Amino acid sequence: MKSIVCLGLMRKVMVVSAAFVFAALLSACSDQEETSGTNHGPDSSEPEVVTVYSARAEHLIKPLFDEFTAETGIRVQYTTDTEAALIARLQTEQDRTPADALLTVDAGNLWHAAEVDMLQPINSEIVRENVPDYLRASDDSWAALSIRARTIVYSTARVDPAELSTYEALADEKWFGRLCLRTSAKVYNQSLVASMIDALGEERTEDIVSGWVKNLAVDPMSNDVMVIQAIEAGVCDAGIVNTYYFGRQEAENPEIPVALFWPNQEGRGVHINISGMGITRYAKHPELARQLIDWLSYEKAQKDFAGLNKEYPVNPKVDPVPEVQAWGNFKRDPINVEQLGALQADAIRLMDRAGYR
Amino acid sequence: MNVPQALYRLPLVLMCLLVSAPLLMLFKTWLSLDTAIWQHLWETQMLELVRNTLILLFGVGIGVSVIGVSLAWLTANCSFPGHRFFDWALILPLAIPAYVLAFVTLGIYDFGGIFQTILRSLGYQGFFDARNPFMVVWVMTAVLYPYVYLLVRASFIAQGNHLIEVARVLGRSPWAAFFEVSLPAIRPALVAGMSLALMEALADFGAVSIFGFNTFTTAIYKSWISLFSLQTAAQLSTLLLLFVMLCLFSEKLSSKAIRRQGRTLSRKRELIPLQGSSKWIATSFCSLVFILTVVAPLMQLLVWTAPIISGLLEPEFLEVIARTFMLAALAAFLVVVIAIAVTTVSFSDLRRSSAGSRFWSEFASLGYALPGSVLAIGIMLALGGLDALIANTGIGAPVLLGSLLGMILAYLIRFFRPGYGAVRTGFSALHQNYLDASALMGVTGWQRFRRLSLPLLLPGVMTGGLLVFVDVIKEMPASLLLRPFGWDTLAIKLYQLTSEGEWQRAALPALALVLVSLLPVVLLIYRSRSSPSGIKHSELPAA
Repeated sequence: MKSIVCLGLMRKVMVVSAAFVFAALLSACSDQEETSGTNHGPDSSEPEVVTVYSARAEHLIKPLFDEFTAETGIRVQYTTDTEAALIARLQTEQDRTPADALLTVDAGNLWHAAEVDMLQPINSEIVRENVPDYLRASDDSWAALSIRARTIVYSTARVDPAELSTYEALADEKWFGRLCLRTSAKVYNQSLVASMIDALGEERTEDIVSGWVKNLAVDPMSNDVMVIQAIEAGVCDAGIVNTYYFGRQEAENPEIPVALFWPNQEGRGVHINISGMGITRYAKHPELARQLIDWLSYEKAQKDFAGLNKEYPVNPKVDPVPEVQAWGNFKRDPINVEQLGALQADAIRLMDRAGYR
Repeated sequence: MNVPQALYRLPLVLMCLLVSAPLLMLFKTWLSLDTAIWQHLWETQMLELVRNTLILLFGVGIGVSVIGVSLAWLTANCSFPGHRFFDWALILPLAIPAYVLAFVTLGIYDFGGIFQTILRSLGYQGFFDARNPFMVVWVMTAVLYPYVYLLVRASFIAQGNHLIEVARVLGRSPWAAFFEVSLPAIRPALVAGMSLALMEALADFGAVSIFGFNTFTTAIYKSWISLFSLQTAAQLSTLLLLFVMLCLFSEKLSSKAIRRQGRTLSRKRELIPLQGSSKWIATSFCSLVFILTVVAPLMQLLVWTAPIISGLLEPEFLEVIARTFMLAALAAFLVVVIAIAVTTVSFSDLRRSSAGSRFWSEFASLGYALPGSVLAIGIMLALGGLDALIANTGIGAPVLLGSLLGMILAYLIRFFRPGYGAVRTGFSALHQNYLDASALMGVTGWQRFRRLSLPLLLPGVMTGGLLVFVDVIKEMPASLLLRPFGWDTLAIKLYQLTSEGEWQRAALPALALVLVSLLPVVLLIYRSRSSPSGIKHSELPAA
């Protein structure tokens, strides 16, 4: 009796699973038809499709892509993953890649993509006009679309902003046991240290990084939000974070006893990094990819591209969103962000030597 | 049975070929060496990484065996208040991915979390860092002990209490009886459960990186993501793989114990009713584990999700849930079908099940031992290579990389072990005598499979299918890298938000993910409850 019941159940499971398999195959096929229709049908009424590999999270890009489609009729197909994985995939796929454009965060990653020859020149007057020189690759292989500032945060309860001056000064003894940092595994810190190597040389930089490590109140955190929360909770007094993480915490709690400080204003300025885009080496639709980058660099899209994540626009004609403007103006480190990529490997080795985990 | 001998091996051969493709890609990287990176890793951190990895292995090994075996013993053999509830509830942590429990745990116990906030409001000054080795070991133990619990519990039940009774009659104390008789008898189950748990712990990157606890996988990721040396990352992972193989192999050598557990014919289980304080100790212990591993994390997720809970029912989100469910069901179905094919065909005559086929079935299961994303890279390289081949020979357009087929193949390679392991365990219920008897009665081939083997395998098949199902739902790196456009799963949605540090918003997909994988776990339990030993005598066909 029991065996009949069991077999009955088994059969049901099989039928349901088989239905799933069938549905999956069907939808996969219809997907394929959709894309192949657009690829090969020259006169079809189907919309054109541009394909993007993105390391920028979906909720930060989808609203813009939707708007782009609404305006131009060009559909944007995208997949998200880490930069390293997307670049490895481009390298594996070579000329068979469906990707027309690569969108990543951090100049180091774009620099690497160009290094392994996975990008081609953008060749767009519009981009040259909308994006300042120091935010574009010298060989035109990518252009920044938003700027992220990495700056000092401090506890308004326990720190007088007059105590603060530069990134380097955080290595000073007076910060002993008062500093919180994110781990050196994050590319943001690697780029920051790369900018210091460029400005100060390896030896000085290593001293400073060692000083930071000595001053840590607790082991490095796995993300910037935890740094801000630790300062708020009183574990430490100061730290280094990207401004938009602070923006998010501030939006949740406007009374947060933590504030931003713009360091190195007498010197080279605040360290900035970018998120940016390039056209892939083997793009099937380079002209559509170019159109997308152009569109993203215009005033209208710039506001949202940066604003969605409380970052800074690259287009000088566009102001940041009001809550970001409220943090005040600051002098930016004018180093070409490309240089950060070139120095990234040195920065990683240096941080390892200095014991910055 | 007029099928050529070679054909029996076909399912296993195919599975081995499938697994060897990505492995080959990874081992191929040894053709050259980036000595600068190796030297740098060696000089700056290798000692710390190896030390931390060993802490993790020993900690989690001890943790899952102590918690898993003690809980299994209690629920399988004793009756105490809440016993019937804990019997199944203690399996539930299986549905929680390690990285989810990691970020939820930090959310509760870290500086800004509710735990320390309450402590401070009670006047406690000072802080403690929740990101310590103990917490990492605890988080991994909490999500991984169910593997041991599940397998050992089944083993205790199958064992019945007659062994214990004999030992007690011979004058052993309850504890002595437990250690001298019960424990050796559950060794195969314990080893199987522990090896699943330790492989996951060893390959984990998500949870340890949230805690900033650098293990061997950290070096793999560092080489790849930061130093852009995919080659070194692949080489490091092959070392990890060799280590796992060595452990599995030495375990096989050292245990001369009986691997096949005879099923007792008397199905009557008599639970030992716990008396006095011991019954409340048992209840408290089970409650504590359940609260810490399931209730507290779910509460924290609910607190985070409360303001955005309506997002759960948005059509777009429901679509993601449905898609995740479908992918998991599809993968589980395929793994189980292949596992059945491998067991019943390759081992159709138990006397012929040679050391060779056991070795190759271990080989086919190796995908589980690699860090997910490294295996994903291996699979990507293999699929990409095949695509290039297809394109070059002009047979057609490249189809594999970024296709549903590629994604499913990846799940198959990665999760063959849990599925096959469970089916194989179920298969041990199949005595050679049964097969011989059915042969004597003229029932062979498909008939024998349908009427004898399949019903006997069914409990194992269900367990295997559900384990794979849950594993696929929790899987992240391979899905990320290999999915077709638009095929986001819940784990991918989760990744998108956690990678941006959006912990609270990530709670929504995390909650959905846990709920979706809870469903089959509950189903699994109802199955195992309706036939507690895995097989009932009455399930044998009348023929």
